[in-house]
Amino acid sequence: MAKIVGDIVIDVEKCKGCGVCVTGCPQDVLILGKEVNAKGYNFVVKQNNKCIGCANCAMICPDAVITVYRAKIEE
Amino acid sequence: MHYCPGCGHGTTHRLVAEVIDEMGIQDKTIGIAPVGCAVLAYNYFDVDMQEAAHGRAPALATAVKRLMPEKFVFTYQGDGDLAAIGTAETVHAINRGEKFVIIFINNGIYGMTGGQMAPTTLEGMPTSTSPYGRELDLMGNPLKITELVANLPGAYFVTRQSVHTPANVRKAKKAIKQAFENQAKGHGTSFVEIVSNCNSGWKLTPIKANEWMEQNMFPFYPLGDIKVDGKLVK
Repeated sequence: MAKIVGDIVIDVEKCKGCGVCVTGCPQDVLILGKEVNAKGYNFVVKQNNKCIGCANCAMICPDAVITVYRAKIEE
Repeated sequence: MHYCPGCGHGTTHRLVAEVIDEMGIQDKTIGIAPVGCAVLAYNYFDVDMQEAAHGRAPALATAVKRLMPEKFVFTYQGDGDLAAIGTAETVHAINRGEKFVIIFINNGIYGMTGGQMAPTTLEGMPTSTSPYGRELDLMGNPLKITELVANLPGAYFVTRQSVHTPANVRKAKKAIKQAFENQAKGHGTSFVEIVSNCNSGWKLTPIKANEWMEQNMFPFYPLGDIKVDGKLVK
């Protein structure tokens, strides 16, 4: 059966560190990091590779920070 | 965007822009910006926009739509703009059945000016001008403007949505798309309320503000369609 895997790209300079994507992710991929961007916000980072490409994070992000990529892998 | 972290304005802006893009009406859309946090909405939409005086967006939208009936016109207003100073314009424009879309962001507070009490502030909700919570004897009752305008004959589609979870964002997008499609068919006014957070004004973190909104705002402002195809459903 084909498996869908996803990956995300985070535009760290646009991120304001609100964290609503962290609560929206069903796979706990996202977490607020310790580093800050040029605006001084703790931007969101990936903590694992469990992304399923559901795009919930991109859907809920108020600043369109996250881009989601999806691929089908034949097994 | 200049909005605070976690503000629902950003998400709603994106949904409106996505609907305009999906319908291919970018060169035919005219937006009306309000006074309030969304006053700079014209910086974020690549469509023709006009800034209205405080609360007068429905009056300006009436003029734009009547002069150019082939254009798609929407207003984007907050609760201080639409439900306080602009109540007369809102009620009369909808009562006349003007054929444009109203996007109404309700966060129960005047966000831009520092969190003062608005007509939509809930009972007991502390704000900077009601620090001990809103007292109904002294400050009057919260205004459910959406239910009020749903009873007007000119309103064709009235709904209340939110943008705090992915599922709600999808539903809100569907509602905004429905509103623009109603306008394409020449029906009466479509009114989409988005119950939103104001974490700066409420003095909460974005995630706590969303939880507070679920626990306190939604019992008073229940989500769902109120009027569909000109008929009250709730």
